[in-house]
Amino acid sequence: MIKNFLYSQKVAPYVFVLPFVLVFIIFWVYPLLSSFGMSFQKVTLGQEAHFIGADNYTKLMGDTIFFKAVRNSAVYMLLTLVILIPFPMLFAVLINNKSMWAREFFKSAFFFPALTSVVVAGTIFRLMFGEMEGSLINSILGVFGVEPVKFLKGQTTGFIALVALATWRWMGVNMLYFLSGLKNIPDDYYEAASIDGASAFQRFTRITVPLLKPTTIYVLTISIYAGLAMFIESMMLWNGNNSPKNIGLTIVGYLYRQGIEKNNLGYAAAVGIVLLLITMVINLTQLAFSGMFKKEED
Amino acid sequence: MKTGSIRKTILFAFFSVLCLLILVPFYAVTIASFKPGEDLIRYGLNLRFNLSAMSFDNFVFLFTGEHAYFTWFFNSLLLTVVQVVVTLLVSATVAYGFSAYEFRGKTLLFICVLLIMMVPFEILLLPLYTLTFNMGLMNSYSAIILPGVASAATIFFFRQYLRGIPKEMIAAGRVDGANEYAIYVRLILPVMKPSFAAMAILNGMNSWNNFLWPFMVLSDENKYTLPIGLKTLLTPYGNNYDLLIVGSFFSILPILALFLGFQKYFIDGMTAGAVKG
Repeated sequence: MIKNFLYSQKVAPYVFVLPFVLVFIIFWVYPLLSSFGMSFQKVTLGQEAHFIGADNYTKLMGDTIFFKAVRNSAVYMLLTLVILIPFPMLFAVLINNKSMWAREFFKSAFFFPALTSVVVAGTIFRLMFGEMEGSLINSILGVFGVEPVKFLKGQTTGFIALVALATWRWMGVNMLYFLSGLKNIPDDYYEAASIDGASAFQRFTRITVPLLKPTTIYVLTISIYAGLAMFIESMMLWNGNNSPKNIGLTIVGYLYRQGIEKNNLGYAAAVGIVLLLITMVINLTQLAFSGMFKKEED
Repeated sequence: MKTGSIRKTILFAFFSVLCLLILVPFYAVTIASFKPGEDLIRYGLNLRFNLSAMSFDNFVFLFTGEHAYFTWFFNSLLLTVVQVVVTLLVSATVAYGFSAYEFRGKTLLFICVLLIMMVPFEILLLPLYTLTFNMGLMNSYSAIILPGVASAATIFFFRQYLRGIPKEMIAAGRVDGANEYAIYVRLILPVMKPSFAAMAILNGMNSWNNFLWPFMVLSDENKYTLPIGLKTLLTPYGNNYDLLIVGSFFSILPILALFLGFQKYFIDGMTAGAVKG
Protein backbone atom coordinates (compact mmCIF):
# COMPACT_ATOMS: atom_id res chain seq x y z
CA MET A 1 0.00 0.00 0.00
CA ILE A 2 2.53 2.57 1.22
CA LYS A 3 4.92 1.37 -1.42
CA ASN A 4 2.36 1.86 -4.18
CA PHE A 5 1.60 5.32 -2.87
CA LEU A 6 5.25 6.39 -2.79
CA TYR A 7 5.91 4.90 -6.20
CA SER A 8 3.07 6.65 -7.99
CA GLN A 9 3.94 9.31 -10.51
CA LYS A 10 1.92 11.84 -8.54
CA VAL A 11 3.86 11.41 -5.33
CA ALA A 12 7.36 10.76 -6.69
CA PRO A 13 8.15 14.40 -7.55
CA TYR A 14 7.44 15.43 -3.98
CA VAL A 15 9.77 12.73 -2.72
CA PHE A 16 12.48 14.08 -5.01
CA VAL A 17 12.11 17.68 -3.90
CA LEU A 18 11.48 16.81 -0.24
CA PRO A 19 15.11 17.41 0.86
CA PHE A 20 14.91 20.94 -0.49
CA VAL A 21 11.59 21.58 1.22
CA LEU A 22 12.99 20.35 4.54
CA VAL A 23 16.20 22.36 4.28
CA PHE A 24 14.26 25.40 3.16
CA ILE A 25 11.87 25.22 6.09
CA ILE A 26 14.36 24.26 8.80
CA PHE A 27 17.35 26.34 7.74
CA TRP A 28 15.75 29.28 5.94
CA VAL A 29 12.11 29.94 6.72
CA TYR A 30 12.34 29.11 10.40
CA PRO A 31 15.55 31.12 11.03
CA LEU A 32 14.19 34.02 8.99
CA LEU A 33 10.94 34.07 10.95
CA SER A 34 12.71 33.63 14.25
CA SER A 35 15.10 36.41 13.27
CA PHE A 36 12.09 38.62 12.61
CA GLY A 37 10.58 37.61 15.96
CA MET A 38 13.88 38.10 17.77
CA SER A 39 14.17 41.61 16.42
CA PHE A 40 11.17 42.58 18.59
CA GLN A 41 12.62 40.97 21.71
CA LYS A 42 15.43 41.36 24.14
CA VAL A 43 17.33 38.10 23.68
CA THR A 44 20.41 36.89 25.52
CA LEU A 45 21.65 33.36 25.02
CA GLY A 46 20.73 31.19 28.01
CA GLN A 47 18.14 33.65 29.37
CA GLU A 48 14.40 34.13 28.93
CA ALA A 49 13.61 36.40 25.99
CA HIS A 50 10.96 39.06 26.37
CA PHE A 51 8.97 41.17 23.98
CA ILE A 52 9.96 44.82 23.75
CA GLY A 53 8.05 45.96 20.65
CA ALA A 54 9.93 48.10 18.17
CA ASP A 55 12.52 49.24 20.72
CA ASN A 56 15.41 47.58 18.86
CA TYR A 57 14.48 49.41 15.67
CA THR A 58 14.02 52.75 17.41
CA LYS A 59 17.39 52.35 19.05
CA LEU A 60 18.92 51.34 15.73
CA MET A 61 17.69 54.52 14.07
CA GLY A 62 19.66 56.58 16.57
CA ASP A 63 22.75 54.38 16.51
CA THR A 64 25.56 56.30 14.83
CA ILE A 65 27.85 53.25 14.73
CA PHE A 66 25.18 51.33 12.85
CA PHE A 67 24.93 54.12 10.28
CA LYS A 68 28.68 54.13 9.98
CA ALA A 69 28.49 50.40 9.20
CA VAL A 70 25.71 50.94 6.65
CA ARG A 71 27.71 53.70 5.00
CA ASN A 72 30.83 51.55 4.86
CA SER A 73 28.93 48.63 3.32
CA ALA A 74 27.20 50.89 0.81
CA VAL A 75 30.43 52.63 -0.22
CA TYR A 76 32.21 49.28 -0.54
CA MET A 77 29.39 47.88 -2.66
CA LEU A 78 29.32 50.92 -4.95
CA LEU A 79 33.11 50.90 -5.39
CA THR A 80 33.11 47.20 -6.25
CA LEU A 81 30.28 47.75 -8.76
CA VAL A 82 32.07 50.66 -10.41
CA ILE A 83 35.33 48.70 -10.71
CA LEU A 84 34.26 45.09 -11.01
CA ILE A 85 31.68 45.39 -13.80
CA PRO A 86 32.95 47.74 -16.54
CA PHE A 87 36.61 46.70 -16.36
CA PRO A 88 36.08 42.93 -16.45
CA MET A 89 33.62 43.45 -19.32
CA LEU A 90 36.13 45.46 -21.30
CA PHE A 91 38.96 43.02 -20.54
CA ALA A 92 36.77 40.09 -21.56
CA VAL A 93 36.03 41.71 -24.90
CA LEU A 94 39.72 42.42 -25.49
CA ILE A 95 40.89 38.96 -24.51
CA ASN A 96 38.12 37.30 -26.53
CA ASN A 97 40.04 38.12 -29.71
CA LYS A 98 40.84 34.66 -31.09
CA SER A 99 44.21 35.69 -32.49
CA MET A 100 45.37 37.02 -29.11
CA TRP A 101 48.53 35.37 -27.81
CA ALA A 102 48.41 33.21 -24.67
CA ARG A 103 44.76 33.98 -23.97
CA GLU A 104 44.15 30.65 -22.21
CA PHE A 105 47.11 31.36 -19.95
CA PHE A 106 45.84 34.83 -19.09
CA LYS A 107 42.36 33.55 -18.35
CA SER A 108 43.75 30.99 -15.90
CA ALA A 109 46.15 33.42 -14.28
CA PHE A 110 43.38 35.96 -13.69
CA PHE A 111 41.31 33.22 -12.05
CA PHE A 112 44.04 32.19 -9.57
CA PRO A 113 43.14 34.71 -6.83
CA ALA A 114 39.61 33.26 -6.59
CA LEU A 115 41.15 29.98 -5.46
CA THR A 116 42.47 31.48 -2.24
CA SER A 117 40.35 31.49 0.88
CA VAL A 118 39.40 34.89 2.18
CA VAL A 119 41.50 34.14 5.26
CA VAL A 120 44.64 33.62 3.22
CA ALA A 121 43.89 36.46 0.81
CA GLY A 122 43.10 38.80 3.70
CA THR A 123 46.32 37.89 5.47
CA ILE A 124 48.35 38.51 2.32
CA PHE A 125 46.77 41.93 1.77
CA ARG A 126 47.08 42.88 5.42
CA LEU A 127 50.81 42.25 5.22
CA MET A 128 51.21 43.92 1.81
CA PHE A 129 49.44 47.03 3.04
CA GLY A 130 51.40 47.01 6.31
CA GLU A 131 52.41 50.38 7.70
CA MET A 132 56.13 49.60 7.75
CA GLU A 133 58.47 51.18 5.29
CA GLY A 134 59.43 47.79 3.90
CA SER A 135 55.97 46.38 3.19
CA LEU A 136 55.13 45.96 -0.45
CA ILE A 137 52.89 48.95 -1.15
CA ASN A 138 54.92 51.35 0.97
CA SER A 139 58.18 50.23 -0.56
CA ILE A 140 56.72 50.95 -4.00
CA LEU A 141 55.48 54.35 -2.83
CA GLY A 142 58.93 54.91 -1.35
CA VAL A 143 60.44 54.69 -4.83
CA PHE A 144 58.40 57.79 -5.69
CA GLY A 145 59.52 59.52 -2.52
CA VAL A 146 56.24 59.05 -0.65
CA GLU A 147 56.47 58.65 3.12
CA PRO A 148 55.19 55.29 4.47
CA VAL A 149 51.39 55.33 4.72
CA LYS A 150 49.52 53.77 7.65
CA PHE A 151 46.97 52.23 5.33
CA LEU A 152 44.81 50.46 7.84
CA LYS A 153 44.54 53.41 10.19
CA GLY A 154 42.77 55.82 7.84
CA GLN A 155 39.30 55.70 6.32
CA THR A 156 40.25 56.31 2.69
CA THR A 157 43.48 54.34 2.72
CA GLY A 158 41.79 51.47 4.57
CA PHE A 159 39.16 51.32 1.89
CA ILE A 160 41.83 51.35 -0.80
CA ALA A 161 43.23 48.16 0.73
CA LEU A 162 39.75 46.65 1.04
CA VAL A 163 38.77 47.42 -2.55
CA ALA A 164 42.17 46.30 -3.82
CA LEU A 165 41.56 42.95 -2.16
CA ALA A 166 38.10 42.63 -3.75
CA THR A 167 39.42 43.65 -7.15
CA TRP A 168 42.26 41.17 -6.94
CA ARG A 169 40.00 38.28 -6.01
CA TRP A 170 37.05 38.88 -8.33
CA MET A 171 38.37 40.58 -11.47
CA GLY A 172 39.16 37.27 -13.15
CA VAL A 173 35.92 35.60 -12.11
CA ASN A 174 33.81 38.45 -13.47
CA MET A 175 35.87 38.36 -16.65
CA LEU A 176 34.97 34.69 -17.03
CA TYR A 177 31.29 35.49 -16.57
CA PHE A 178 31.49 38.02 -19.38
CA LEU A 179 33.54 35.67 -21.56
CA SER A 180 30.91 32.98 -21.26
CA GLY A 181 28.28 35.60 -22.09
CA LEU A 182 30.27 36.62 -25.17
CA LYS A 183 30.23 33.03 -26.41
CA ASN A 184 26.48 33.36 -26.89
CA ILE A 185 26.76 36.29 -29.27
CA PRO A 186 26.89 35.01 -32.87
CA ASP A 187 29.87 36.20 -34.93
CA ASP A 188 27.51 37.07 -37.81
CA TYR A 189 26.30 40.13 -35.90
CA TYR A 190 29.79 41.58 -35.83
CA GLU A 191 30.44 40.69 -39.47
CA ALA A 192 27.20 42.32 -40.57
CA ALA A 193 28.00 45.42 -38.50
CA SER A 194 31.51 45.62 -39.98
CA ILE A 195 30.10 45.42 -43.49
CA ASP A 196 27.73 48.26 -42.62
CA GLY A 197 30.79 50.26 -41.58
CA ALA A 198 30.39 50.21 -37.79
CA SER A 199 33.54 51.09 -35.86
CA ALA A 200 34.92 48.88 -33.11
CA PHE A 201 33.52 51.27 -30.53
CA GLN A 202 30.08 51.20 -32.16
CA ARG A 203 30.14 47.40 -32.32
CA PHE A 204 30.96 47.35 -28.61
CA THR A 205 28.23 49.75 -27.54
CA ARG A 206 25.54 48.62 -30.01
CA ILE A 207 26.06 44.85 -30.06
CA THR A 208 28.24 43.65 -27.20
CA VAL A 209 26.86 45.68 -24.31
CA PRO A 210 23.15 45.11 -25.07
CA LEU A 211 23.61 41.40 -25.78
CA LEU A 212 25.64 40.91 -22.62
CA LYS A 213 22.72 42.23 -20.58
CA PRO A 214 21.71 38.90 -18.98
CA THR A 215 25.29 38.36 -17.82
CA THR A 216 25.57 41.94 -16.60
CA ILE A 217 22.36 41.57 -14.59
CA TYR A 218 23.67 38.37 -13.05
CA VAL A 219 27.03 39.92 -12.13
CA LEU A 220 25.27 43.02 -10.81
CA THR A 221 22.92 40.95 -8.64
CA ILE A 222 25.63 38.84 -7.05
CA SER A 223 27.89 41.90 -6.63
CA ILE A 224 25.19 43.82 -4.78
CA TYR A 225 24.65 40.82 -2.54
CA ALA A 226 28.34 40.27 -1.93
CA GLY A 227 29.07 43.96 -1.44
CA LEU A 228 26.39 44.47 1.18
CA ALA A 229 27.14 41.20 2.98
CA MET A 230 30.92 41.72 3.12
CA PHE A 231 32.46 41.00 6.52
CA ILE A 232 35.37 38.55 6.57
CA GLU A 233 37.51 40.66 4.24
CA SER A 234 37.35 43.48 6.75
CA MET A 235 37.81 41.10 9.68
CA MET A 236 41.00 39.72 8.10
CA LEU A 237 42.46 43.09 7.09
CA TRP A 238 42.00 44.56 10.56
CA ASN A 239 42.74 41.29 12.33
CA GLY A 240 39.40 41.22 14.11
CA ASN A 241 36.08 42.94 14.11
CA ASN A 242 37.47 46.16 15.55
CA SER A 243 39.09 48.79 13.41
CA PRO A 244 40.19 52.25 14.52
CA LYS A 245 37.08 54.48 14.63
CA ASN A 246 35.22 51.58 12.98
CA ILE A 247 36.61 52.51 9.58
CA GLY A 248 36.24 48.92 8.39
CA LEU A 249 33.01 48.03 10.18
CA THR A 250 30.30 46.60 7.90
CA ILE A 251 26.63 45.76 8.48
CA VAL A 252 27.36 42.07 8.99
CA GLY A 253 30.32 43.01 11.16
CA TYR A 254 27.98 45.02 13.37
CA LEU A 255 25.47 42.16 13.40
CA TYR A 256 28.27 39.84 14.50
CA ARG A 257 29.52 42.28 17.11
CA GLN A 258 26.09 42.79 18.69
CA GLY A 259 24.93 39.18 18.37
CA ILE A 260 27.98 37.06 19.05
CA GLU A 261 30.46 39.36 20.77
CA LYS A 262 27.99 41.26 22.96
CA ASN A 263 25.31 38.54 23.21
CA ASN A 264 22.67 41.10 22.28
CA LEU A 265 20.81 38.84 19.85
CA GLY A 266 17.56 40.76 19.55
CA TYR A 267 19.32 43.96 18.54
CA ALA A 268 21.55 42.05 16.13
CA ALA A 269 18.46 40.42 14.59
CA ALA A 270 17.08 43.90 13.92
CA VAL A 271 20.34 44.74 12.14
CA GLY A 272 19.87 41.58 10.03
CA ILE A 273 16.30 42.48 9.11
CA VAL A 274 17.39 45.96 8.01
CA LEU A 275 20.15 44.39 5.90
CA LEU A 276 17.60 42.03 4.35
CA LEU A 277 15.33 44.95 3.49
CA ILE A 278 18.17 46.98 1.98
CA THR A 279 19.33 44.02 -0.14
CA MET A 280 15.85 43.10 -1.32
CA VAL A 281 14.88 46.69 -2.18
CA ILE A 282 18.08 47.32 -4.15
CA ASN A 283 18.02 43.99 -5.94
CA LEU A 284 14.32 44.03 -6.78
CA THR A 285 14.56 47.61 -8.05
CA GLN A 286 17.55 46.66 -10.13
CA LEU A 287 15.82 43.58 -11.54
CA ALA A 288 12.60 45.50 -12.24
CA PHE A 289 14.55 48.20 -14.10
CA SER A 290 16.33 45.63 -16.22
CA GLY A 291 13.06 43.88 -17.08
CA MET A 292 14.02 40.55 -15.53
CA PHE A 293 10.60 39.74 -14.12
CA LYS A 294 9.08 39.15 -17.53
CA LYS A 295 11.18 36.02 -17.68
CA GLU A 296 10.60 34.77 -14.17
CA GLU A 297 8.68 31.70 -15.34
CA ASP A 298 11.54 30.41 -17.44
CA MET B 1 48.22 42.94 -41.66
CA LYS B 2 50.79 45.19 -40.01
CA THR B 3 48.33 47.15 -37.85
CA GLY B 4 46.89 43.81 -36.77
CA SER B 5 50.16 42.63 -35.34
CA ILE B 6 50.85 45.97 -33.65
CA ARG B 7 47.46 45.77 -32.01
CA LYS B 8 48.19 42.19 -30.97
CA THR B 9 51.46 43.25 -29.38
CA ILE B 10 49.84 46.11 -27.48
CA LEU B 11 47.10 43.81 -26.19
CA PHE B 12 49.63 41.21 -25.20
CA ALA B 13 51.73 43.77 -23.36
CA PHE B 14 48.66 45.17 -21.61
CA PHE B 15 47.47 41.78 -20.38
CA SER B 16 50.99 40.80 -19.36
CA VAL B 17 51.20 43.83 -17.08
CA LEU B 18 47.76 43.08 -15.65
CA CYS B 19 48.78 39.48 -15.15
CA LEU B 20 51.96 40.49 -13.32
CA LEU B 21 49.94 42.71 -10.98
CA ILE B 22 47.60 39.84 -10.22
CA LEU B 23 50.43 37.41 -9.60
CA VAL B 24 52.46 39.75 -7.36
CA PRO B 25 50.73 38.67 -4.11
CA PHE B 26 51.41 35.02 -4.97
CA TYR B 27 55.04 35.81 -5.60
CA ALA B 28 55.28 37.76 -2.33
CA VAL B 29 53.73 34.96 -0.28
CA THR B 30 55.87 32.33 -1.99
CA ILE B 31 59.16 34.04 -1.23
CA ALA B 32 57.93 35.02 2.24
CA SER B 33 57.45 31.36 3.10
CA PHE B 34 61.22 30.99 2.76
CA LYS B 35 61.97 33.97 5.00
CA PRO B 36 62.12 33.98 8.81
CA GLY B 37 58.94 35.08 10.57
CA GLU B 38 60.56 38.10 12.18
CA ASP B 39 61.32 39.43 8.71
CA LEU B 40 57.59 39.44 8.07
CA ILE B 41 56.88 41.25 11.32
CA ARG B 42 59.50 43.87 10.62
CA TYR B 43 58.92 44.47 6.91
CA GLY B 44 55.55 42.99 6.01
CA LEU B 45 55.15 41.23 2.68
CA ASN B 46 57.42 42.55 0.00
CA LEU B 47 59.23 41.61 -3.18
CA ARG B 48 62.72 41.52 -1.72
CA PHE B 49 64.50 38.41 -2.85
CA ASN B 50 67.54 37.81 -0.71
CA LEU B 51 68.78 34.27 -1.19
CA SER B 52 71.22 34.33 1.72
CA ALA B 53 68.47 35.14 4.25
CA MET B 54 66.15 32.46 2.90
CA SER B 55 65.87 28.88 4.05
CA PHE B 56 63.59 25.86 4.18
CA ASP B 57 63.19 26.32 7.96
CA ASN B 58 59.49 27.20 7.71
CA PHE B 59 58.77 24.14 5.62
CA VAL B 60 60.73 21.93 7.98
CA PHE B 61 58.72 23.38 10.87
CA LEU B 62 55.45 22.92 8.93
CA PHE B 63 56.11 19.22 8.42
CA THR B 64 57.89 18.32 11.66
CA GLY B 65 57.02 20.99 14.23
CA GLU B 66 54.53 20.67 17.07
CA HIS B 67 51.35 22.30 15.87
CA ALA B 68 47.91 21.26 14.69
CA TYR B 69 48.32 22.35 11.06
CA PHE B 70 47.90 18.89 9.53
CA THR B 71 45.02 18.05 11.85
CA TRP B 72 43.26 21.11 10.42
CA PHE B 73 44.36 20.15 6.93
CA PHE B 74 42.85 16.67 7.15
CA ASN B 75 39.73 17.99 8.86
CA SER B 76 39.25 20.30 5.89
CA LEU B 77 39.85 17.45 3.51
CA LEU B 78 37.36 15.17 5.26
CA LEU B 79 34.73 17.87 5.59
CA THR B 80 35.15 18.89 1.96
CA VAL B 81 34.76 15.33 0.66
CA VAL B 82 31.71 14.54 2.81
CA GLN B 83 30.12 17.89 2.09
CA VAL B 84 30.61 17.58 -1.66
CA VAL B 85 29.26 14.02 -1.86
CA VAL B 86 26.19 14.72 0.26
CA THR B 87 25.42 18.09 -1.34
CA LEU B 88 25.76 16.80 -4.90
CA LEU B 89 23.56 13.77 -4.34
CA VAL B 90 20.84 15.71 -2.55
CA SER B 91 20.92 18.65 -4.96
CA ALA B 92 20.87 16.40 -8.05
CA THR B 93 17.85 14.53 -6.70
CA VAL B 94 15.99 17.77 -6.07
CA ALA B 95 16.94 19.13 -9.49
CA TYR B 96 15.64 15.94 -11.12
CA GLY B 97 12.34 16.39 -9.31
CA PHE B 98 12.10 19.91 -10.70
CA SER B 99 12.98 19.01 -14.26
CA ALA B 100 11.25 15.66 -14.85
CA TYR B 101 7.81 16.33 -13.40
CA GLU B 102 4.95 18.76 -13.48
CA PHE B 103 3.41 19.07 -10.03
CA ARG B 104 1.38 21.45 -7.94
CA GLY B 105 3.54 24.03 -6.21
CA LYS B 106 6.49 23.54 -8.54
CA THR B 107 6.78 27.17 -9.64
CA LEU B 108 6.45 28.46 -6.10
CA LEU B 109 9.09 26.04 -4.85
CA PHE B 110 11.44 27.00 -7.64
CA ILE B 111 11.01 30.66 -6.78
CA CYS B 112 12.13 29.67 -3.28
CA VAL B 113 15.30 28.22 -4.80
CA LEU B 114 15.97 31.52 -6.56
CA LEU B 115 15.11 33.46 -3.40
CA ILE B 116 17.81 31.63 -1.44
CA MET B 117 20.33 32.90 -3.93
CA MET B 118 19.22 36.48 -3.22
CA VAL B 119 18.90 36.53 0.58
CA PRO B 120 22.28 37.13 2.23
CA PHE B 121 23.07 34.02 4.24
CA GLU B 122 24.67 36.26 6.88
CA ILE B 123 21.24 37.43 8.03
CA LEU B 124 20.50 33.90 9.20
CA LEU B 125 23.73 33.59 11.20
CA LEU B 126 22.21 34.32 14.60
CA PRO B 127 19.02 32.26 14.39
CA LEU B 128 21.03 29.42 12.83
CA TYR B 129 23.49 29.78 15.67
CA THR B 130 20.76 29.50 18.31
CA LEU B 131 19.09 26.68 16.36
CA THR B 132 22.36 24.75 16.22
CA PHE B 133 22.84 25.40 19.91
CA ASN B 134 19.33 24.12 20.74
CA MET B 135 19.72 21.06 18.53
CA GLY B 136 22.90 20.19 20.41
CA LEU B 137 24.92 20.31 17.20
CA MET B 138 27.50 22.84 18.34
CA ASN B 139 31.06 21.88 17.51
CA SER B 140 29.91 19.20 15.04
CA TYR B 141 30.45 18.91 11.30
CA SER B 142 26.75 18.12 10.80
CA ALA B 143 25.97 21.71 11.75
CA ILE B 144 28.22 22.83 8.90
CA ILE B 145 26.97 20.34 6.32
CA LEU B 146 23.21 20.25 6.91
CA PRO B 147 22.15 23.83 6.11
CA GLY B 148 23.83 23.58 2.72
CA VAL B 149 22.81 20.11 1.54
CA ALA B 150 20.17 21.42 -0.86
CA SER B 151 22.42 24.07 -2.38
CA ALA B 152 20.39 26.50 -4.47
CA ALA B 153 23.16 27.23 -6.97
CA THR B 154 23.86 23.52 -7.43
CA ILE B 155 20.17 22.67 -7.89
CA PHE B 156 19.93 25.47 -10.42
CA PHE B 157 22.92 24.18 -12.39
CA PHE B 158 21.72 20.56 -12.42
CA ARG B 159 18.26 21.63 -13.51
CA GLN B 160 19.71 23.55 -16.46
CA TYR B 161 21.74 20.50 -17.37
CA LEU B 162 18.82 18.09 -17.08
CA ARG B 163 16.81 20.18 -19.53
CA GLY B 164 19.06 18.82 -22.24
CA ILE B 165 18.12 15.22 -21.48
CA PRO B 166 15.25 13.92 -23.64
CA LYS B 167 12.02 13.14 -21.81
CA GLU B 168 11.74 10.02 -23.97
CA MET B 169 14.40 8.41 -21.82
CA ILE B 170 12.15 8.62 -18.81
CA ALA B 171 9.14 7.41 -20.83
CA ALA B 172 11.16 4.47 -22.16
CA GLY B 173 12.15 3.56 -18.62
CA ARG B 174 8.50 3.51 -17.60
CA VAL B 175 7.57 1.32 -20.56
CA ASP B 176 10.24 -1.12 -19.45
CA GLY B 177 8.53 -1.27 -16.08
CA ALA B 178 11.09 0.61 -14.00
CA ASN B 179 9.67 2.63 -11.11
CA GLU B 180 10.24 6.38 -10.75
CA TYR B 181 13.25 6.01 -8.47
CA ALA B 182 14.90 3.27 -10.50
CA ILE B 183 14.62 5.51 -13.56
CA TYR B 184 16.46 8.25 -11.72
CA VAL B 185 19.15 6.03 -10.26
CA ARG B 186 19.76 3.76 -13.27
CA LEU B 187 19.05 6.00 -16.25
CA ILE B 188 19.48 9.64 -15.25
CA LEU B 189 22.30 9.67 -12.70
CA PRO B 190 24.78 8.01 -15.11
CA VAL B 191 23.96 10.60 -17.78
CA MET B 192 24.56 13.41 -15.28
CA LYS B 193 28.17 12.41 -14.60
CA PRO B 194 29.83 15.24 -16.57
CA SER B 195 27.80 17.86 -14.72
CA PHE B 196 28.81 16.29 -11.42
CA ALA B 197 32.44 17.06 -12.17
CA ALA B 198 31.84 20.79 -12.51
CA MET B 199 29.72 20.99 -9.38
CA ALA B 200 32.09 18.77 -7.37
CA ILE B 201 34.94 21.13 -8.14
CA LEU B 202 32.99 24.29 -7.41
CA ASN B 203 31.44 22.98 -4.19
CA GLY B 204 34.79 21.52 -3.19
CA MET B 205 36.51 24.86 -3.63
CA ASN B 206 33.82 26.67 -1.63
CA SER B 207 33.90 24.07 1.10
CA TRP B 208 37.71 24.07 1.32
CA ASN B 209 37.72 27.84 1.69
CA ASN B 210 34.55 28.22 3.76
CA PHE B 211 35.12 30.27 6.87
CA LEU B 212 32.40 32.22 8.65
CA TRP B 213 29.83 29.56 9.54
CA PRO B 214 32.37 26.85 10.52
CA PHE B 215 34.19 29.52 12.54
CA MET B 216 31.03 30.17 14.55
CA VAL B 217 30.13 26.52 15.02
CA LEU B 218 33.47 24.93 15.83
CA SER B 219 35.13 25.63 19.16
CA ASP B 220 37.36 22.60 19.63
CA GLU B 221 40.80 23.26 18.20
CA ASN B 222 41.10 19.63 17.10
CA LYS B 223 38.02 20.05 14.92
CA TYR B 224 39.10 23.32 13.27
CA THR B 225 39.29 23.44 9.51
CA LEU B 226 42.29 24.96 7.77
CA PRO B 227 40.99 28.54 7.33
CA ILE B 228 39.92 28.68 10.97
CA GLY B 229 43.24 27.29 12.13
CA LEU B 230 45.13 29.83 10.03
CA LYS B 231 42.96 32.62 11.37
CA THR B 232 43.77 31.66 14.95
CA LEU B 233 47.49 31.83 14.16
CA LEU B 234 47.01 35.51 13.46
CA THR B 235 46.92 36.88 16.98
CA PRO B 236 48.17 40.26 18.11
CA TYR B 237 50.38 38.55 20.72
CA GLY B 238 51.74 35.30 19.38
CA ASN B 239 54.67 35.15 17.06
CA ASN B 240 53.28 32.63 14.61
CA TYR B 241 54.12 34.41 11.40
CA ASP B 242 56.49 31.75 10.10
CA LEU B 243 53.85 29.04 10.41
CA LEU B 244 51.09 31.37 9.23
CA ILE B 245 52.81 32.31 6.01
CA VAL B 246 54.10 28.88 5.07
CA GLY B 247 50.75 27.41 6.12
CA SER B 248 48.89 29.89 3.94
CA PHE B 249 51.16 29.13 1.03
CA PHE B 250 50.70 25.40 1.50
CA SER B 251 46.91 25.71 1.81
CA ILE B 252 46.68 27.17 -1.69
CA LEU B 253 48.70 24.37 -3.30
CA PRO B 254 46.08 21.55 -3.32
CA ILE B 255 43.39 23.73 -4.82
CA LEU B 256 45.86 25.21 -7.31
CA ALA B 257 46.91 21.73 -8.41
CA LEU B 258 43.27 20.76 -8.77
CA PHE B 259 42.63 23.88 -10.80
CA LEU B 260 45.51 23.25 -13.18
CA GLY B 261 44.20 19.72 -13.75
CA PHE B 262 40.50 20.53 -14.09
CA GLN B 263 40.30 24.11 -15.33
CA LYS B 264 37.36 23.44 -17.57
CA TYR B 265 35.22 22.20 -14.68
CA PHE B 266 36.09 25.14 -12.44
CA ILE B 267 35.05 27.52 -15.14
CA ASP B 268 31.91 25.59 -16.11
CA GLY B 269 30.80 25.49 -12.50
CA MET B 270 31.67 29.10 -11.84
CA THR B 271 29.90 30.54 -14.85
CA ALA B 272 26.89 28.21 -14.75
CA GLY B 273 24.33 30.81 -13.73
CA ALA B 274 25.76 33.76 -15.56
CA VAL B 275 24.21 33.36 -18.99
CA LYS B 276 20.65 32.51 -18.16
CA GLY B 277 18.59 34.67 -20.48
